[in-house]
Amino acid sequence: MADVELHNIVKTYNKGKVKAVNDVSFSVNEGELFGLIGADGAGKTSIFRILTTLLLPDSGNASVSGFDVIKDYKNIRSSVGYMPGKFSLYQDLSVEENLNFFASVFNTSVKENYDLIKDIYVQIEPFKDRRAGKLSGGMKQKLALCCALIHRPKVLFLDEPTTGVDTVSRKEFWEMLKRLKQQGITILVSTPYMDEATLCERIALIQNGKILSIDTPDEIVKQFPENLFAVKANDMSKLLNDLRKNNEIKTCNAFGEFHHITFQNDNENSHNELIHILQKANHQNIELKHITPSIEDCFIKLMN
Amino acid sequence: MTNETVIKTDKLTKRFGDFIATNEITFEVYAGEIFGFLGANGAGKTTAMKMLCGLSTPSSGNATIAGFDIYKQTEEIKKNIGYMSQKFSLYEDLTVLENIQFFGGIYGLTDKQLKAKSNQLIETLGMQNEAKKLVASLPLGWKQKLAFSVAILHEPKIVFLDEPTGGVDPIVRRQFWDLIYSAADRGITIFVTTHYMDEAEYCNRVSMMVDGVIKALDTPDNLKKQFSASSMDDVFFELARGAKRKAD
Amino acid sequence: MKQFLTFVRKEFYHVFRDKKTLLMLFGLPIVQIVLFGFALTNEIKNSKIVICDYAKDEATQQIINKIEASQNFDIQKTLFSHRQIEEAFKAGNIKLAIIFPANFNNDLSHLHQAQVQIIADASDPNTANTLTNYATAIIMDYQQELMKNNVVPFRIVPEIRMLYNPELKGATNFVPGVMALVLMLVCVMMTSVSIVREKENGTMEVLLVSPFNPFLVIIAKAIPFLLLSIVNLSVILILSVTLLDMPINGSISLLFAESILLIITALSLGLLISNVAQSQQAAMLISLMGMLVPTMLFTGFMFPIENMPVPLQVICNIIPAKWYYTIVKSIMIKGLGFSAIWKETLVLFGMTVFLLVVSFKKFKTRLV
Repeated sequence: MADVELHNIVKTYNKGKVKAVNDVSFSVNEGELFGLIGADGAGKTSIFRILTTLLLPDSGNASVSGFDVIKDYKNIRSSVGYMPGKFSLYQDLSVEENLNFFASVFNTSVKENYDLIKDIYVQIEPFKDRRAGKLSGGMKQKLALCCALIHRPKVLFLDEPTTGVDTVSRKEFWEMLKRLKQQGITILVSTPYMDEATLCERIALIQNGKILSIDTPDEIVKQFPENLFAVKANDMSKLLNDLRKNNEIKTCNAFGEFHHITFQNDNENSHNELIHILQKANHQNIELKHITPSIEDCFIKLMN
Repeated sequence: MTNETVIKTDKLTKRFGDFIATNEITFEVYAGEIFGFLGANGAGKTTAMKMLCGLSTPSSGNATIAGFDIYKQTEEIKKNIGYMSQKFSLYEDLTVLENIQFFGGIYGLTDKQLKAKSNQLIETLGMQNEAKKLVASLPLGWKQKLAFSVAILHEPKIVFLDEPTGGVDPIVRRQFWDLIYSAADRGITIFVTTHYMDEAEYCNRVSMMVDGVIKALDTPDNLKKQFSASSMDDVFFELARGAKRKAD
Repeated sequence: MKQFLTFVRKEFYHVFRDKKTLLMLFGLPIVQIVLFGFALTNEIKNSKIVICDYAKDEATQQIINKIEASQNFDIQKTLFSHRQIEEAFKAGNIKLAIIFPANFNNDLSHLHQAQVQIIADASDPNTANTLTNYATAIIMDYQQELMKNNVVPFRIVPEIRMLYNPELKGATNFVPGVMALVLMLVCVMMTSVSIVREKENGTMEVLLVSPFNPFLVIIAKAIPFLLLSIVNLSVILILSVTLLDMPINGSISLLFAESILLIITALSLGLLISNVAQSQQAAMLISLMGMLVPTMLFTGFMFPIENMPVPLQVICNIIPAKWYYTIVKSIMIKGLGFSAIWKETLVLFGMTVFLLVVSFKKFKTRLV
């Protein structure tokens, strides 16, 4: 059964001049870990705010746990957990005070649902008397997650929870989410980081208010239409330029250690031809190999 | 890339009371280099960058930036560097042209220089139709690219970029790095911090700060070999997970 | 209920942990009272004067004694010649000179008319005016006394009596005004800033997506400021009574009741402002501009309303502080009870209800 559903949601700002959400439809199943992947301004926050009943859509309808976001908003507000974009806790209250406060706002106590947040809370418990404003990014995240979970919500909305946080904390955060999923909570996460997409069960890629693709990460990768290759050489900057100038290369994108390319004509001849050309251009240590596309590759492809 | 040193630090330290944010960091950056300055939040990166930009006085140690002393010549430093961060870049309620004119004026460009640079910039970015539009109306990616171009309007020796590609889409990110490459080709030294580990690969050399200290500094390839890692992500993970400063 | 109290407790934490808020909340009224009370008084005390007595008789001596006893004057010298007076003006800080002609008492007794020359340093015309008035009053006073002991009628002299405030103290004018000002300013600004801060912070979003009734949010935020304003009010009253000799002739509980009414008005105004302000700075600015200026100009404590042109007088009627000021003066200075001020109270009450209704209606339970 779908726990969260959106049908043809449209949201504009500035009297229709800015189309933040452009006819978006998708659904999330109960207990699923769903990722909404896209850059800033793609419409992720607007969608989350509509689902958490903070914004009214211009048209379309949506429901959470069977409740309509417009008519039954009070029911939704009592039963979901929400972690909005930037750090939205009280900077001048301590860790413990924040947690107690939000527990009380939700008519519960920390004791009642402690088992749910225990694994997370023990990491910040040593700092429970510290003012929330003085915690590091990773700690703030954990605290915000605890506060969003304290009332044992059925659905959890996390809007860019890992933005601005370092890699280590990000990894830890996703570990925590995986464990939460085991508790049966439906989790919707939005993120601009493509590498986090593979950590979700299903994802929706969104750009400019439109959904580019919705599926499991594996399926999306399978749908990549061509063979993808990675190429490297000693001078990556020059390599990039040379590849771009080459008419046989259909697409070329820098990807850190390698450049990812696709061929106009994908056969062994053209592969060898390329290596030949690169050697003639005095590239050293050339390496060319076939690779499985990443979500980022798929995203770029879909954007075009 | 020549071997001229544009940044040279010697045991640079910043203390806040008992807390040592940046602990005796010593390193060099060469002209035209793309230098990645990585580290977890709280590792002391921002503090270090502030000192290098002349915005914060070190507690001890020495450094020269673009040849100027970090204690006595902070004004000279500021004149010779550019700065761009995710948080601040341009004035949203001014147009593209007005922003260029404003910053050009601040950097001391003459009217003639400004006009030439202005046209060049707008052409390079393909913003002819947007020149008279308010920056607030531009998509994020364009804002970031514009901000970078404005930061190097005066062809500074070094440009400091604080997480410049946060939140932008993959295509814009790469376009941004194209701009960085062309700036580096012109001899501008790029000092960049980022959370995207694939961007660490684009740098000539990378340093990693952990708990206020530079734990590693080398080319990406060497670092991967050193830590038997297959990607910069793994290198970072190896170095950062032992960090003590988890709550700060 | 427990929920609500938890919220109120949180609000108290915010107030006490923000040094700037605390400073504003408590420092402001104290500073104002001290400033208004002492420094900005438009009373003039201890002005240096000289007296030139050519008569040196019983009458002049009595007048001089009265002048000496007055707090307004500080007799520097008793000189003898005009030239000395001229030099005294040029040299020292002499503001006034009183000269009694040679036959003062004689003229008074036999002609029932005598002259006194008063020379004032008019390079500051206001002070000169005031001092001349003071001196004239003392002399008139003496004349009064004389007339009492005489059967023969003298010329009719206008009687100058200051009702309720014979010593012409400045405090009675200022203190109610300062009370109104402080309550309005502090309550409006603090409430609006506090609510906008939650919005800016992002915590308002989280609170909205919860079962907690958003209206309770507002009420919970108002309570610390309500209580602290009552404390503030008490401090102002204590200071005024002890330092400035301010009388409280009427019922203190009535005074507090009316003050609470004004506080609630101010809190609803704060709420209204928070609905339109996008940032804390905007909230603060609107509060200051919207509250400070009208309250200072249109309440009546700095500039009498009766002297204003009619359109401005109409504007005064929509300023809640104006009604409060009238009420407070009636209670504190005239010692009147509810029966005298029920009309003003009704107006204030009506304004409060109106503002509460409007601000609650405008409070958004969604973001946009």
